[in-house]
Amino acid sequence: MVSTILPLTVENIALRRRGRRILGPISWQLGGTGITVLMGPNGSGKTSFLRAMHGLERISDGRLHWSAPIDQTRARQSFVFQTPILMRRSVVDCIAYPLLLDGVSRRIARDRAAEAATQVGLAAMLDQPAQLLSGGEKQKLALARALVRGPELLFLDEPCANLDGRSTSDIEKILLAARDAGTRIVMSTHNLGQARRLADDVLFLYVGQLVEFGPASRVLQTPATPEMTAFIKGDLLP
Amino acid sequence: MNDIWQGLAQAARLIVARDADLIEIATLSLQVSLGATLVASLIGLPLGAWLAINRFRVRRVVIATMNALMGLPPVVVGLFVYVLFSRSGPFGVLGLLFTPTAMVIAQVIIITPIVASISHQAIRDLWADYHDLLISLNASRTQRIKALLWDGRRALMTASLAGFGRAIGEVGAIMIVGGNIDHATRVLTTAIALETGKGEFGMALALGFVLIALAVLVNLTVHFLSRTERGSRW
Repeated sequence: MVSTILPLTVENIALRRRGRRILGPISWQLGGTGITVLMGPNGSGKTSFLRAMHGLERISDGRLHWSAPIDQTRARQSFVFQTPILMRRSVVDCIAYPLLLDGVSRRIARDRAAEAATQVGLAAMLDQPAQLLSGGEKQKLALARALVRGPELLFLDEPCANLDGRSTSDIEKILLAARDAGTRIVMSTHNLGQARRLADDVLFLYVGQLVEFGPASRVLQTPATPEMTAFIKGDLLP
Repeated sequence: MNDIWQGLAQAARLIVARDADLIEIATLSLQVSLGATLVASLIGLPLGAWLAINRFRVRRVVIATMNALMGLPPVVVGLFVYVLFSRSGPFGVLGLLFTPTAMVIAQVIIITPIVASISHQAIRDLWADYHDLLISLNASRTQRIKALLWDGRRALMTASLAGFGRAIGEVGAIMIVGGNIDHATRVLTTAIALETGKGEFGMALALGFVLIALAVLVNLTVHFLSRTERGSRW
């Protein structure tokens, strides 16, 4: 898939809440292919950074430069939240909803949603109420919904938090398949093992600042900063 | 206590005998109240949803006013509509006073704030759940309102039924604007008031039981048709 919205240039963005700066200033460029993993302790700004790039947070300072006009970028990216937000609909209707927004007919949208559900292992639950799914199934549904439009860019905020090993493994397989299909992925995680399994690049945030960025093979094995070194060793960061 | 049993027995007799007057009064009651509920829902449900998802300067004042209007005194509303539609009023030329249409208008004024307030509360909670998702999916404002109205339909049905409940039991306003005219604007509540005034407690109670039965029947029918219990797991 050739991206029309990337590279994304993040230029000195900062977020403030009630006068307090919670993120930035951060400058970075998101381009190419693969999976970028955001790491960092709680409160380091991972979620805020993802939400800011996706347009869910109002940026206090700085700018985002997309390679396409801003009104075309939102439809070509998706976001998977840490706690899945599920509509009060059946599994198939939840997945079909983004297609309906695009004007796809209900019948075709449901057919494509059923295909997407099958790819994430929810084929047997198409007509079940989404709210009744287990935690892992809910996250798979959220992932299928995020992928059903064929996004160029996919943001995920700790998609495997609170999931067991089997569900985590299923989610990771779906993400790797999406990456192989050309979707650019940016995700946050606390899980070092998951970062080692998935990441092409690692971006480490600490106290709202971008502390380290580089290829996963280098950052995870020979970190250049004391914060990343301590994080990898499992030391408690102040 | 004896009056109550007599009333129950008389209600049963009227229903079994398919009393023509009773059918006429009950039918008009349903027509006026369902008509008012329909119009109030068409205004109140989208208004509640719109208030839930939009931020503007006087939003809190509008919501507080709407909540306060839930307690509108029906007699005052009746008087207001009477003045508007009386011969010398601004809408007197329409000739609607003492007609079922005037009764519907009065009831719409009374129940729209109820429908809008309850739907606003329901949609506000749903919007809090859906906000990030709908923004993320790039849903337009209209698409957001549609999704909220559809997914919140059961709560909204409750809002409409609350409005219907207020309308079917309302007497003050429709007595003033309808006039309780036999074979024209007499409904169950005004008939009950009339029979009570005449000292015919048995008949008044009988009509009261019919009124309660009608209200319950409409609620059960709506719940049955919308499959509330089957869908409660949503």
